[in-house]
Amino acid sequence: MTATSTETRSVVIERDFAHAPDKLWRALTQPHLIAEWLMKNDFVPAIDHRFTLTGDWGSVDCTVLEIEPQRSLAYSWDAMGLESVVTWTLTPSGTGTHVRVEQAGFRPDQQQAFVGAKFGWQKFLGNLDEIAGRID
Amino acid sequence: MSTPHDILFSALADPTRRGIFERLCRGGEQTVGGLTATAGVSQPAVSKHLGVLKQAGLVLDRHEGRQTHYSVRRDALAPLVDWTSQMTGFWESRFDDLEDLLKRMDQ
Repeated sequence: MTATSTETRSVVIERDFAHAPDKLWRALTQPHLIAEWLMKNDFVPAIDHRFTLTGDWGSVDCTVLEIEPQRSLAYSWDAMGLESVVTWTLTPSGTGTHVRVEQAGFRPDQQQAFVGAKFGWQKFLGNLDEIAGRID
Repeated sequence: MSTPHDILFSALADPTRRGIFERLCRGGEQTVGGLTATAGVSQPAVSKHLGVLKQAGLVLDRHEGRQTHYSVRRDALAPLVDWTSQMTGFWESRFDDLEDLLKRMDQ
């Protein structure tokens, strides 16, 4: 393994919504609303509550880590060997709400575990670092 | 709708095709004849597999006389290695659905 295999990565997506923070908070924390835009779930807004997001392709195991109503929400996001944390941050803006979501914790070896488990070709992906290195 | 990612995965889903691609990664540029010697399938079959790999953007071909030389395209595997770009796409599309839901909540 190279030094890069222990690095964490993160994805940050931000968007301004023309809706008030309390409405966004409901969409992010009420199970029937979460199901409308993310996945089916048994979410409860309580610290340490464990819940599962279920999609057509499989499921994601989550635990609520942080809740600050109408401001921030964080939960772990574990799926097929991939361990990460998703953090939502809501900031009131002049016309609505600025929403930032960060997913942190990806490492290259976890990416391969995830993709390998999903598509059933672990062996090929196990060699991916080496193969990709040769291409460069 | 097929995304570039789907095309990449379906191109590499076939074990024989994956084997040809791996040999090109390891051995550098090779001809159809050279690849056929180790592929365990006929030359027309190897040519067909190379065509699929080329369409998926995984390999390049270079004509020299009667021979066609195949090589792996640089950054061909970038969508696999760069998981973050894939996840970015996931959240962008979730945000789109969230936006639709918020509009419906007004009614």
